Amino acid sequence: MNETEIYEKVVGLIKPYAKNTESLSTLTQESKILEDLGVNSARLVDIVLAFEDEFDIEVEDEAADEIWTIGDAVKLINTKLN
Amino acid sequence: MEPSKVLEYIPQQKPFRFLDEIVELSEDYIVGRYTFKEDEYFYQGHFPGDPVTPGVILTEAMAQTGVVALGLYLTALKVGEEELPQWTTFFTDCQMDFYLPVLPGQTVTIKGEKVFYRRMKLRSKVRMYLDNGDLVAEGTVAGMGVKRGN
Repeated sequence: MNETEIYEKVVGLIKPYAKNTESLSTLTQESKILEDLGVNSARLVDIVLAFEDEFDIEVEDEAADEIWTIGDAVKLINTKLN
Repeated sequence: MEPSKVLEYIPQQKPFRFLDEIVELSEDYIVGRYTFKEDEYFYQGHFPGDPVTPGVILTEAMAQTGVVALGLYLTALKVGEEELPQWTTFFTDCQMDFYLPVLPGQTVTIKGEKVFYRRMKLRSKVRMYLDNGDLVAEGTVAGMGVKRGN
Protein backbone atom coordinates (compact mmCIF):
# COMPACT_ATOMS: atom_id res chain seq x y z
CA MET A 1 0.00 0.00 0.00
CA ASN A 2 1.53 3.33 -0.98
CA GLU A 3 1.46 6.54 1.07
CA THR A 4 -1.35 8.12 -0.96
CA GLU A 5 -3.58 5.10 -0.36
CA ILE A 6 -2.76 5.18 3.35
CA TYR A 7 -3.48 8.93 3.47
CA GLU A 8 -6.89 8.45 1.85
CA LYS A 9 -7.82 5.64 4.22
CA VAL A 10 -6.62 7.65 7.25
CA VAL A 11 -8.74 10.63 6.21
CA GLY A 12 -11.73 8.33 5.71
CA LEU A 13 -11.33 6.90 9.22
CA ILE A 14 -10.98 10.32 10.88
CA LYS A 15 -13.78 12.03 8.95
CA PRO A 16 -16.70 10.65 11.00
CA TYR A 17 -15.19 12.27 14.13
CA ALA A 18 -14.42 15.68 12.58
CA LYS A 19 -16.67 18.41 13.95
CA ASN A 20 -15.10 21.10 11.79
CA THR A 21 -16.56 19.90 8.48
CA GLU A 22 -15.30 22.99 6.61
CA SER A 23 -11.72 21.85 7.21
CA LEU A 24 -12.37 18.62 5.31
CA SER A 25 -12.18 20.41 1.96
CA THR A 26 -8.70 21.82 2.67
CA LEU A 27 -7.00 18.86 4.34
CA THR A 28 -3.27 18.32 4.05
CA GLN A 29 -0.72 16.07 5.74
CA GLU A 30 -0.09 18.99 8.13
CA SER A 31 -3.71 19.27 9.29
CA LYS A 32 -3.89 18.88 13.05
CA ILE A 33 -6.41 16.24 14.07
CA LEU A 34 -7.62 17.99 17.23
CA GLU A 35 -7.24 21.68 16.45
CA ASP A 36 -7.95 21.79 12.69
CA LEU A 37 -10.50 19.02 12.33
CA GLY A 38 -12.17 19.65 15.68
CA VAL A 39 -11.94 16.03 16.83
CA ASN A 40 -12.79 15.43 20.50
CA SER A 41 -9.54 14.30 22.18
CA ALA A 42 -11.35 11.36 23.79
CA ARG A 43 -12.06 10.10 20.26
CA LEU A 44 -8.36 9.74 19.46
CA VAL A 45 -8.43 6.32 21.12
CA ASP A 46 -11.29 5.26 18.83
CA ILE A 47 -9.38 6.55 15.80
CA VAL A 48 -6.21 4.65 16.74
CA LEU A 49 -8.28 1.48 17.23
CA ALA A 50 -9.80 2.09 13.79
CA PHE A 51 -6.26 2.32 12.33
CA GLU A 52 -5.39 -0.99 13.98
CA ASP A 53 -8.44 -2.71 12.53
CA GLU A 54 -8.17 -1.19 9.06
CA PHE A 55 -4.44 -1.77 8.57
CA ASP A 56 -4.11 -4.87 10.77
CA ILE A 57 -1.34 -3.31 12.85
CA GLU A 58 -0.71 -2.68 16.53
CA VAL A 59 -0.13 0.90 17.68
CA GLU A 60 1.56 1.12 21.07
CA ASP A 61 0.22 3.78 23.45
CA GLU A 62 3.53 5.67 23.32
CA ALA A 63 3.40 5.81 19.51
CA ALA A 64 -0.25 6.90 19.60
CA ASP A 65 0.73 9.80 21.87
CA GLU A 66 2.90 11.17 19.05
CA ILE A 67 0.07 11.42 16.52
CA TRP A 68 -0.84 15.10 16.14
CA THR A 69 -1.36 15.56 12.41
CA ILE A 70 -2.77 13.42 9.62
CA GLY A 71 0.80 13.13 8.33
CA ASP A 72 1.98 11.73 11.70
CA ALA A 73 -0.63 8.98 11.41
CA VAL A 74 0.25 8.25 7.77
CA LYS A 75 3.97 8.07 8.56
CA LEU A 76 3.44 5.77 11.54
CA ILE A 77 1.18 3.42 9.58
CA ASN A 78 3.52 3.45 6.59
CA THR A 79 6.43 2.45 8.84
CA LYS A 80 4.39 -0.36 10.39
CA LEU A 81 3.26 -1.70 7.01
CA ASN A 82 6.54 -1.47 5.14
CA MET B 1 -10.04 -5.23 44.45
CA GLU B 2 -13.24 -6.47 46.10
CA PRO B 3 -16.59 -5.22 44.71
CA SER B 4 -17.44 -3.59 48.05
CA LYS B 5 -14.18 -1.61 47.88
CA VAL B 6 -14.95 -0.47 44.31
CA LEU B 7 -18.33 0.80 45.54
CA GLU B 8 -16.55 2.89 48.19
CA TYR B 9 -14.43 4.61 45.54
CA ILE B 10 -17.37 5.61 43.34
CA PRO B 11 -17.53 9.41 43.65
CA GLN B 12 -21.22 9.83 42.78
CA GLN B 13 -23.34 10.05 45.88
CA LYS B 14 -27.01 10.43 46.79
CA PRO B 15 -29.11 11.76 45.09
CA PHE B 16 -27.04 10.97 42.03
CA ARG B 17 -25.81 7.47 42.85
CA PHE B 18 -27.55 4.77 40.86
CA LEU B 19 -25.64 1.69 41.93
CA ASP B 20 -26.50 -0.15 45.19
CA GLU B 21 -24.34 -3.23 44.80
CA ILE B 22 -21.89 -4.94 42.51
CA VAL B 23 -22.73 -8.63 42.26
CA GLU B 24 -20.09 -9.70 39.72
CA LEU B 25 -16.79 -8.13 38.77
CA SER B 26 -13.86 -9.14 36.59
CA GLU B 27 -11.49 -7.48 34.12
CA ASP B 28 -14.01 -7.95 31.33
CA TYR B 29 -17.40 -7.98 33.00
CA ILE B 30 -19.47 -6.33 35.70
CA VAL B 31 -22.98 -6.78 37.05
CA GLY B 32 -24.57 -4.08 39.20
CA ARG B 33 -27.98 -3.61 40.76
CA TYR B 34 -29.99 -0.57 41.72
CA THR B 35 -33.47 -0.01 43.12
CA PHE B 36 -35.11 3.23 42.04
CA LYS B 37 -36.54 4.64 45.26
CA GLU B 38 -40.12 5.91 45.27
CA ASP B 39 -38.89 9.36 46.34
CA GLU B 40 -36.10 9.95 43.78
CA TYR B 41 -35.99 13.72 43.17
CA PHE B 42 -36.64 13.55 39.43
CA TYR B 43 -40.02 11.84 39.70
CA GLN B 44 -41.54 15.14 40.84
CA GLY B 45 -41.17 16.57 37.37
CA HIS B 46 -40.86 13.46 35.18
CA PHE B 47 -43.82 13.41 35.12
CA PRO B 48 -46.18 15.06 37.66
CA GLY B 49 -48.65 12.38 38.71
CA ASP B 50 -47.11 9.85 36.32
CA PRO B 51 -43.56 9.10 37.49
CA VAL B 52 -41.25 7.34 35.02
CA THR B 53 -37.46 7.11 35.30
CA PRO B 54 -35.90 9.44 32.69
CA GLY B 55 -33.81 7.82 29.96
CA VAL B 56 -30.85 10.04 30.87
CA ILE B 57 -30.96 8.64 34.41
CA LEU B 58 -31.07 5.08 33.08
CA THR B 59 -28.08 5.98 30.91
CA GLU B 60 -26.29 7.44 33.93
CA ALA B 61 -27.03 4.26 35.91
CA MET B 62 -25.55 2.14 33.13
CA ALA B 63 -22.50 4.43 32.94
CA GLN B 64 -21.97 4.27 36.72
CA THR B 65 -21.79 0.47 36.50
CA GLY B 66 -20.24 -0.06 33.06
CA VAL B 67 -17.77 2.82 33.01
CA VAL B 68 -17.23 4.25 36.51
CA ALA B 69 -17.21 1.04 38.59
CA LEU B 70 -15.54 -1.18 36.00
CA GLY B 71 -13.18 1.69 35.16
CA LEU B 72 -12.15 2.06 38.83
CA TYR B 73 -11.43 -1.65 38.97
CA LEU B 74 -9.32 -1.55 35.79
CA THR B 75 -7.56 1.66 36.83
CA ALA B 76 -6.64 0.10 40.17
CA LEU B 77 -5.14 -2.88 38.32
CA LYS B 78 -3.16 -0.51 36.11
CA VAL B 79 -1.92 2.17 38.50
CA GLY B 80 -2.54 0.64 41.93
CA GLU B 81 -5.43 1.14 44.36
CA GLU B 82 -3.52 3.77 46.34
CA GLU B 83 -3.47 6.03 43.25
CA LEU B 84 -7.25 5.86 42.69
CA PRO B 85 -8.13 9.07 44.60
CA GLN B 86 -6.01 11.00 42.08
CA TRP B 87 -8.18 9.89 39.15
CA THR B 88 -11.62 10.86 38.00
CA THR B 89 -13.80 9.60 35.14
CA PHE B 90 -15.29 11.76 32.41
CA PHE B 91 -18.25 10.46 30.42
CA THR B 92 -17.20 10.76 26.77
CA ASP B 93 -19.90 9.23 24.58
CA CYS B 94 -22.78 6.81 24.41
CA GLN B 95 -25.29 5.17 22.14
CA MET B 96 -28.46 3.81 23.68
CA ASP B 97 -31.72 2.10 22.74
CA PHE B 98 -34.61 1.94 25.21
CA TYR B 99 -37.30 -0.72 25.20
CA LEU B 100 -39.24 -0.48 28.47
CA PRO B 101 -39.95 2.14 31.14
CA VAL B 102 -38.62 1.79 34.69
CA LEU B 103 -41.07 2.82 37.40
CA PRO B 104 -40.50 3.99 40.98
CA GLY B 105 -39.65 1.04 43.25
CA GLN B 106 -38.36 -1.20 40.49
CA THR B 107 -34.96 -2.90 40.75
CA VAL B 108 -32.73 -3.13 37.70
CA THR B 109 -29.74 -5.31 36.93
CA ILE B 110 -27.05 -3.76 34.77
CA LYS B 111 -24.59 -5.94 32.90
CA GLY B 112 -21.49 -4.31 31.47
CA GLU B 113 -19.02 -5.96 29.13
CA LYS B 114 -15.68 -4.35 28.28
CA VAL B 115 -15.28 -3.51 24.58
CA PHE B 116 -11.86 -1.94 25.07
CA TYR B 117 -9.72 -0.28 27.71
CA ARG B 118 -6.90 1.69 26.13
CA ARG B 119 -5.02 4.79 27.23
CA MET B 120 -7.37 5.10 30.21
CA LYS B 121 -10.46 5.09 27.99
CA LEU B 122 -13.06 2.43 28.66
CA ARG B 123 -15.93 1.54 26.39
CA SER B 124 -18.48 -1.02 27.56
CA LYS B 125 -21.47 -2.69 26.06
CA VAL B 126 -24.23 -2.32 28.63
CA ARG B 127 -27.63 -3.88 29.11
CA MET B 128 -30.26 -3.15 31.75
CA TYR B 129 -32.85 -5.72 32.84
CA LEU B 130 -35.89 -5.77 35.11
CA ASP B 131 -36.15 -8.49 37.76
CA ASN B 132 -38.34 -10.62 35.46
CA GLY B 133 -35.49 -10.64 32.91
CA ASP B 134 -37.07 -8.18 30.47
CA LEU B 135 -34.55 -5.98 28.64
CA VAL B 136 -35.00 -2.28 29.47
CA ALA B 137 -32.17 -0.75 27.45
CA GLU B 138 -28.94 -1.60 25.72
CA GLY B 139 -26.10 0.29 24.15
CA THR B 140 -22.54 1.39 24.66
CA VAL B 141 -21.08 3.88 27.14
CA ALA B 142 -17.54 5.23 27.25
CA GLY B 143 -15.49 7.30 29.63
CA MET B 144 -11.98 8.49 30.12
CA GLY B 145 -9.90 8.34 33.28
CA VAL B 146 -8.25 11.72 33.85
CA LYS B 147 -5.87 12.76 36.60
CA ARG B 148 -7.47 15.31 38.89
CA GLY B 149 -6.28 18.84 38.24
CA ASN B 150 -5.52 18.17 34.55
